[in-house]
Amino acid sequence: MSSYRLTNLVLPISVVVASAVGLLVLAGTNPWDPLQLIVEGSIGWPPFEAGKSAKVGDTVMVWVPIALASAGLIVTFNAGMWNIGIEGQIIMGAIAAAFVAREVSAPRPLLVLLTILAGAVGGLLWGLLVGVLRTAGGVNEIFGGLGLDFVAISFTTYLIIDPWARTGVASTSGTDIFPDAALLPSSSGTRLSLLAIAIALLAIGGVWILFRGTLYGLKLKAVGANLRSSFLMGIPTNRYLLGAFMICGALAGIGGTVQATGFHFKLIPAISGGYGFLAILVVLLARYQAFWVIPISFFFAMIAVGSSQLDLRLDLNSALGGVLQGVLVLSAMFGLGWAAYRTKRQLQEASGGDSG
Amino acid sequence: MSGFFTAFVDMFDTATIASIVAGSSALMFATMGETINEKAGVINLSVDGSMMLAALAGFVIAFQTDIVWLGFPAAAAVGMSVALLIAFASIKLSLNQVAVGFVLFALCTQLSRFLGTNFVGRRPVGVPTWEIPGLSSIPFFGPVFFDHNLVVYLSYLTVIATFLFMYRTRKGLELQGIGERPEAAHSRGIPVNKLRYFYTALGGALIGIGGAAFSLDVKLGWSDRLTRNLGWIVLAIVIFGGWHPLRAAFGVLLFGALQAYAINLVPEFPSLSQVLPSIPFPAMILALVIVNWKRLLKWLDRYPFLRAILRSDPPTAIGTRFKVN
Repeated sequence: MSSYRLTNLVLPISVVVASAVGLLVLAGTNPWDPLQLIVEGSIGWPPFEAGKSAKVGDTVMVWVPIALASAGLIVTFNAGMWNIGIEGQIIMGAIAAAFVAREVSAPRPLLVLLTILAGAVGGLLWGLLVGVLRTAGGVNEIFGGLGLDFVAISFTTYLIIDPWARTGVASTSGTDIFPDAALLPSSSGTRLSLLAIAIALLAIGGVWILFRGTLYGLKLKAVGANLRSSFLMGIPTNRYLLGAFMICGALAGIGGTVQATGFHFKLIPAISGGYGFLAILVVLLARYQAFWVIPISFFFAMIAVGSSQLDLRLDLNSALGGVLQGVLVLSAMFGLGWAAYRTKRQLQEASGGDSG
Repeated sequence: MSGFFTAFVDMFDTATIASIVAGSSALMFATMGETINEKAGVINLSVDGSMMLAALAGFVIAFQTDIVWLGFPAAAAVGMSVALLIAFASIKLSLNQVAVGFVLFALCTQLSRFLGTNFVGRRPVGVPTWEIPGLSSIPFFGPVFFDHNLVVYLSYLTVIATFLFMYRTRKGLELQGIGERPEAAHSRGIPVNKLRYFYTALGGALIGIGGAAFSLDVKLGWSDRLTRNLGWIVLAIVIFGGWHPLRAAFGVLLFGALQAYAINLVPEFPSLSQVLPSIPFPAMILALVIVNWKRLLKWLDRYPFLRAILRSDPPTAIGTRFKVN
């Protein structure tokens, strides 16, 4: 798995800027305003200005679930699995956390801890289910995961309009706000929660150590590189695959908890925010390397938060942010692929070129 | 329990069955397209996004020109371009097909939302109804199959043509060969990668036409994420269909019937009205789980007839690259 060199970064970024300008000119607006608004709406303009901590807090709290899901996906990708069920794992984490927040009464530190644990367990079980379908049933994890995503989304909608409907009005806008004791502690006036940041960094650090310094990580990588050989070498491949799905599910589930008790303060139908799929893009761009997840997922969180204001302020569709994220990942992949292709061609020509 | 039963019985009237057939055209085209390119060994995972972008392209062209038929080639061109990107990335650049397909799914979805903003709620001319004289007056079969429009009729023809081409022609045998045993095909002088480009493009074009069939006929108009999740269902149906065009077509109709059933259930369970319409999606995936369940299939080996119905073996070389040495 090759890493980036500076030239590989310049190409995708210039493609993104070019396509952003092209699209905005096509949409008939001045290209500078929207791009500035994305930065202003996420970290303030000029960036990180004093007194704008609420905005930065929001962006960081969007970063946390993306980073957690990305950390989990690094584990499943290294095990050779396409965990598209990640959305469902985030959602089930949020549902489990919401259940604890609504039904359990305990002093605040304990209750917060319980919601986080519940989120981890909810996501873990949902991830395990994808893994079991794959290992015991031979169901491709892409489709098992996708099916479970649909189930989780339907389940959330059902909970919100029926058993957990808001008192008085049954609407799809969400449940009642959770009791204060269940909410993630945050610094005053913002959503920023140091606890959430610490968990995300710990998760990324843990995954980094897993693949840098542990036998378990090495074996997981072996399973991902060649399932059959690993099995013949005596690695219990099914157990490792299930382990990967459980780790990923638990991390994604904690991300769901943060979404529920640290950002929306209630359960809403689109509780995952699409951050699971976004995390897949992050990990593809990070070339499955834990360290790179930190800046890339922050950049993606900035785009997600910043572009959400395009509708209101500039009457532009906020999907622009998603387009830019997609173009960035696609051009980075094609750039790396093209560079590798050129290198191979040059090597062949240098050695006399047997296949041209 | 009686609610489940009455809703089921209600499905069996001519009008409901006719609407299931008419409403399945978009999925028919796209499913045949994906079956063709997977049969050739290339997975196009972008269907959900490329179908949506193609639906928008078809809609915009038809709306701007007021000629509905111009929308279809435009949509086919969009679907084909996305598919060619995947083929190029996989064959020439040795990138992972699934990864490129997923990124293109995300990109095309967002692009369709961004570019489609100003078209939400506009109504173009739809595809005119054209009942086939003579055939449409056959009792039951007439209204069910021959009282729709050209798009619906073409969707049947596409299914039949795909089947005949794949299993009754020399070229179709070559198509199967490059997906099953590319090395063997190569040694018989068949240009594996060239044909893979061709069939991926053809599959992409059909996926695009499926998108246009949705925005110009099945659900005339444009709205945000108009075709959402249909592409994923296409991918599931291709597997459910065991990469066989006729069985996949059956899967499409089954999905349509499930949707009709779910909608019939709404009056029985009003509190679930928001959830029921989305039930067919997990249900279809559940069906997929059953046809893939290895233990179940092993048990079924004792009953060759059932096994033949439920078997679903992918083309051997699906998702792999073929390199000439």
